[in-house]
Amino acid sequence: MSSDVRPGEPAVSSIKMIRTLAGVAVISGFLIVLTVKATEARIETNKREALEAAVFAVLPGATTQATFELRDGAFVRVDSPTPGFDRVYAGYGPDGELVGVAIEAAGMGYAGTVRALYGYDPETQTVVGLQVLESLETPGLGDRIGKDPAFLANFEQLDVSLNEAGDALANPITLVKAGEKTEMWEVEGISGATISSTAVASMLDARSAEILPLVMRHLDELKEAR
Amino acid sequence: MPQTKAEPYPDAFIKGLWRENPVFVMLLGMCPVLAVSNTVLNALSMGLAATFVLVMSCALVSLLRRFIPKQVRIATFIIIIATFVTMVDFAIQAISLDVYNALGAFIALIVVNCIILGRAEAYASKNDPVRAVIDAAGMGLGFTLALLCLGSVRELLGFGTFLGFNVFGPHFEGWSVLILPPGGFFTLGCWLLLISWMNKRKARLAESEAA
Repeated sequence: MSSDVRPGEPAVSSIKMIRTLAGVAVISGFLIVLTVKATEARIETNKREALEAAVFAVLPGATTQATFELRDGAFVRVDSPTPGFDRVYAGYGPDGELVGVAIEAAGMGYAGTVRALYGYDPETQTVVGLQVLESLETPGLGDRIGKDPAFLANFEQLDVSLNEAGDALANPITLVKAGEKTEMWEVEGISGATISSTAVASMLDARSAEILPLVMRHLDELKEAR
Repeated sequence: MPQTKAEPYPDAFIKGLWRENPVFVMLLGMCPVLAVSNTVLNALSMGLAATFVLVMSCALVSLLRRFIPKQVRIATFIIIIATFVTMVDFAIQAISLDVYNALGAFIALIVVNCIILGRAEAYASKNDPVRAVIDAAGMGLGFTLALLCLGSVRELLGFGTFLGFNVFGPHFEGWSVLILPPGGFFTLGCWLLLISWMNKRKARLAESEAA
């Protein structure tokens, strides 16, 4: 290690320091802009493909899909999503029949926002699949919400039917301890990852209560749009 | 510290891999080493990302070394390192979102990896660009190697897989403790034990040969 200032070295003026820092900042700005421009399209494609794959994964039997945006209280089919609008993804079977609707939900987990996509079957009014899109949960513990087969099995047939009036869930989705599930609308948590499991159950509950009444009311738009 | 001015190129490269291995010998950069070495793929991606940042930053620091006043050198190094980390961040997102999600916050944290700042300060700012790049490449690969050493043990025993391929058959029950943070400490400790035992043994052999 050398000492900071050598004897006899002239004092450096502030101007020189500022000039150096500014120069380096310009170089780095240029490099970053270059990288962003070079990777932008590819990242966009990756994200779209990941989402498309997730839609098919949570809607078993779907072969094609369409994106719908909620504009002025009605679902409008769009080719590319516009930020700022609430949207759902409809999945259709080989004969063009509506298999289900994929809905995105987000909520606060243990270490950050958890984003998930889940499939909803309007016919049986159940959740038919769930995939975690984004989470910062603890590897090996909390991140099992996206990997644990026993936990994900909760979302293959989860009751989310609406009440008589059709404006809320008949039974709120609730989390119970592993092995204590008795009702169709209960989710069995992962022991050791209670906060993460609760996050998934409660974000599903909140999101379903908000969007499912709309989906059911506008089901014909989603069915016929194909 | 040995006089670095006349260091031959092969030495500058090899020392990072073994004699001055940043992880096993200098015990630097422990945070990513413990955190993302739970699978081989994570370890490899992290190692390569850090190597890229290390090589590019050291090259730029070395090129600019005559223009950087001593008083602002650390600030300048950090800007340079942060630039390349941001580039790596975008590059990984473009290559694979799965890897990006697995590495999570640790990509951004390469900025504060002390191996990189350490090499920029101790080597690149005092040597010509060619030597700086060779030294950085050696250190980066040494870091990658160490991550792989930990990653393969943890993935093999923790999941029973290697790079995602099943090794021990379907009935293998993984030791999940190895996937968790304590497993990182445990594995690192075992590797350090092994390496120090090997070094001691080598020294003893050399001694008995000399006698």
